[in-house]
Amino acid sequence: MQYISNTDNDKKVMLEAIGVSSFEDLVAKVPKSLRNFELRLPKGKSELELLSEMVEIGRENINFHDYASYLGAGNYDHFVPTVVNALAHRGEFITSYTPYQGEASQGTLQSIYEFQSLICELTAMDYSNASMYDGASGLAEAALLALRSTGRKKIVVPVTIHPEYRTVVKTYTSCLDVEIVEIPMAADGVLDFEILKKSIDENTAAVLVQHPNFFGLLEDVRAIGEEAHKAGALFIACVNPISLGILEPPGEYGADIAVGEGQPLGNPTAFGGPHFGFFTVKEDFLRKMPGRIAGMTVDKVGRRSFVLTLQAREQHIRREKATSNICTNHSLCALKGAIYLSLLGKEGLKKLALLNLKNAHQTYDALLKLKGVREFSRRPFFNEFVLHLEKDAGNLKASLEANKILGPLALNAFYPKQAGAYLFAVTENRTPSDQQRLLEAISAS
Amino acid sequence: MADTSKLRYTETHEWVHLTGKIARVGITDHAQKEISDIVFIELPKIGRAVKGKDSAMVIESVKAAFDIYAPVAGKIVKINEELSKKPEIVNQSPYENGWLFEIECDDPLEVESLLTEAQYQNAKNTSHH
Amino acid sequence: MSTPLALNRITDLLMNDSKAKVLSKNETRSRTPLIFERHSRNHAEWLPALEGHEETYLKSIPQDFLRKKEANLPSVSELEVVRHFTGLSQKNFSVDVNFYPLGSCTMKYNPKCLDAIASLSSFSLIHPYQEESLAQGALKILFEMQEYLSEITGMDEFTLQPAAGAHGELCGLLIAGAYHRARGSKKTKVLIPDSAHGTNPATAALCGYEVVTVKSNAKGLVDFDDLKSKLDSGVACLMMTNPNTLGLFEEDILEIAKAVHAVDGLVYYDGANMNALLGICRPGDMGFDIVHMNLHKTFAVPHGSGGPGSGPVGVKKHLIPFLPSPRVLKQKEKFLFEKQAPQSIGKLRSFYGNFGAIIRSYAYIKALGKEGLRAVSENAIINANYLRVRLKKMYDVPYDGICMHEFVMAATRQKKKGVRALDIAKRLLDYGVHAPTVYFPLIVEEAMMVEPTETESKETLDEFVQILEKIEKEIEQDPAIVLEAPHTTPVGRMDEVLAARQPNLRFKNS
Repeated sequence: MQYISNTDNDKKVMLEAIGVSSFEDLVAKVPKSLRNFELRLPKGKSELELLSEMVEIGRENINFHDYASYLGAGNYDHFVPTVVNALAHRGEFITSYTPYQGEASQGTLQSIYEFQSLICELTAMDYSNASMYDGASGLAEAALLALRSTGRKKIVVPVTIHPEYRTVVKTYTSCLDVEIVEIPMAADGVLDFEILKKSIDENTAAVLVQHPNFFGLLEDVRAIGEEAHKAGALFIACVNPISLGILEPPGEYGADIAVGEGQPLGNPTAFGGPHFGFFTVKEDFLRKMPGRIAGMTVDKVGRRSFVLTLQAREQHIRREKATSNICTNHSLCALKGAIYLSLLGKEGLKKLALLNLKNAHQTYDALLKLKGVREFSRRPFFNEFVLHLEKDAGNLKASLEANKILGPLALNAFYPKQAGAYLFAVTENRTPSDQQRLLEAISAS
Repeated sequence: MADTSKLRYTETHEWVHLTGKIARVGITDHAQKEISDIVFIELPKIGRAVKGKDSAMVIESVKAAFDIYAPVAGKIVKINEELSKKPEIVNQSPYENGWLFEIECDDPLEVESLLTEAQYQNAKNTSHH
Repeated sequence: MSTPLALNRITDLLMNDSKAKVLSKNETRSRTPLIFERHSRNHAEWLPALEGHEETYLKSIPQDFLRKKEANLPSVSELEVVRHFTGLSQKNFSVDVNFYPLGSCTMKYNPKCLDAIASLSSFSLIHPYQEESLAQGALKILFEMQEYLSEITGMDEFTLQPAAGAHGELCGLLIAGAYHRARGSKKTKVLIPDSAHGTNPATAALCGYEVVTVKSNAKGLVDFDDLKSKLDSGVACLMMTNPNTLGLFEEDILEIAKAVHAVDGLVYYDGANMNALLGICRPGDMGFDIVHMNLHKTFAVPHGSGGPGSGPVGVKKHLIPFLPSPRVLKQKEKFLFEKQAPQSIGKLRSFYGNFGAIIRSYAYIKALGKEGLRAVSENAIINANYLRVRLKKMYDVPYDGICMHEFVMAATRQKKKGVRALDIAKRLLDYGVHAPTVYFPLIVEEAMMVEPTETESKETLDEFVQILEKIEKEIEQDPAIVLEAPHTTPVGRMDEVLAARQPNLRFKNS
């Protein structure tokens, strides 16, 4: 298949109109030495053949319909109502470009404006951009904003933040003159507050916190924020959006910048992407915010309309002075987020959060009753928690697989000292029978 | 309209008005026209030390961001706060209400070395700006 | 209700000689209430009902940590949500509805079966941390995609991690920096042609480099003499697009690459224009050390109103150790993630890349095969040249000559009559055509950058020419109709100054 619309005759007529005798004349400027190759790729396929081959490849993956997933750590098996994809996958959304041409993109622009509004309501922050690539790159961009804004050189990063997010912050700042100060974990699985206090000084640009943290535990955000502000540093919170149905939003506990992974809002896990990151700020930092922003204005006859605005911050205009090199958002994923939050509404957000809270706590309580299962922390958690499993890793893995369970995540992959500790995520999708299988799998190993 | 003949100028289209050690800085009428509708002004921080030709602040139009340079060395001692709420003042009154910031000069004589109005007009007409 | 502007209406418009001004001025189209302004019954019934005891679990969380004021989300029924977003969608131009010759963006048809494939639960409902043994299909796709892209571009190895073109640039420059540091050489500068995409200098600045601009010559190509005068041992990298943003093939590319290598610099390929080169020639063979691809341009990932895309980065052998981790490897017919990468630049995002986009491109490459890929570029080049030759009579083409997949014309003649590129762009909307890219590249005055792509038919291109001819007549006879365009879109000529001076960026319940 080539998806080409010209007939052979069309091509002939066109080449004549151009005034050349063959296609080769059109690429005559390409040096001969570059033309001497043949692509070693398979032959093309019809849609029929392609689909059956892709279905075959897909059989090599276990999906959430096959097994019950207790995996989390940034990506979660949440239920996505049918409406989300039915709307977002409309050709008018999925095959349109970035809405630079405002008159041709009012649909996208208004939906971005609504997305920004929904995210502001969720986080209780002042402003949101149109989205980032994901939570991790959003956190890194937040750190860059703090560096630019304060002119300081130190970023304080607790190890209780998702290890991959910490690596991304490191990568983004690797070319700059920046010191990353790591804060260790205290015995109960949250950041070590005493060490944090000592680590913040007049050269600290920002204190980063994930809440709930990588282990699912609530950090003492208010106190951490106060410490950051005392030293004139920015307080950056990385939050789980679903948790905000019941947890205090970052805008209320003093965050200057709040970011997070948007996957839980209507996007499938899809092996880790694409999703979106949300990025919000307090008023003071609006003009320093990276990424696209849609704004409401009027047109020439006064009709309400929407445009991309504050664009002088962006790369295509400011070139080397831009706030970031980001020239895209994850618009379609953010649109799914906006549709999802609209379907959820006031009523649904709290309901969803409560369902997660209940399921996670029921599973936690049931697991703790099993032999060989030990507590990791007594700190409060939302829908994710860590437990020590005194089990042989190989047996455990085999038993989970035999019972058709995905996860939990062994922490030693990221924290070598935490051998035997496992991270469980329990969403609204987990049923009592899933839990039964999980308990059996762990008991049997 | 201000008496622009008393001002000194830079090739980057700033004007300077010196009173004692204090140099008040703005952009020329030509510059505000080039920039067109100003939508945002990021003023410098008071107390900041600058050298001549340092980028001191940024003016944004809808489509572009422009650096404004410190014409002389010194310390920023005052900024025109009103501009953060109403940046269009620079378009409306570049030489008076639309001044940008004041520098306490390290060496007030440095202002003398800047362009006169005639020199500036001349430089402007021969350059592309 | 509104009717989307469909391409098949163009002909009607052309046949009907009445002024488009009167065609559709339906005020009801202009205003869709905000989702916050709609009110109906919503109980989120797609979620199971609460049983009543859930709140007891809140007791496990100290009061201080709980939300006091509920989020002011809208309250609307499912049907209202469906109507709302369907209504919004109809206010967009899109490839599925309109001809979209937006230069530099490669707005080609995005085959529908790719959406279906990406949406299969075996690809969408899988977790990035599930055991490698339970995700062999996904790993196979990632591994083979690394191989496919290496083959197509002539590079030695690929990472699929970057989420977009600009993200790929960031990745590439970090790799260049790590490479130079590992060799102990101090490099401070990045060379960028004046016709480059704005992301290039922005990325270089983000990575702490000084940006040095290289001029274009009279032919619209990189001025080799100017380049040579700026080459010294401080140059980390030259970033180039080939064909360049004028749609012209950089004929001196072999000499340019050699000269940059001679000062121990690297040559970076911005893959924005790769749609011109599939099966024709390969950046790897031209001497590029680092390339990024835009899967959302060349390899049919839909643009999604501005993302997600995917910006994989390929490198030559000497740069492989610096690629982001983890890469996917194949050992004894099993696919797995690389476990150790001590020299890697690290990670640019969580997990492995925009898998949902990568899988579309993977399937696209499989569908086309090697002949199909070559046919893409062949037809893209023919379509662009055909339009260039036909439009030359009306528009100046400042760097005229055979182009690759796109070309830049200039509305300079029209400007003399008081009509600018922007006006023509807006008038095109009235005829159901998305505007070309205007005012880019910056080195062309009144630029209109036209990229028809390979998937458009001659018939569509001919209609496009007819529309521009008609607009040309309007400029002569009734310029106001062009100057005040668009007339048929929901809104027209927005006040961008107001938007930026008094930002209204979110709904607030007052």
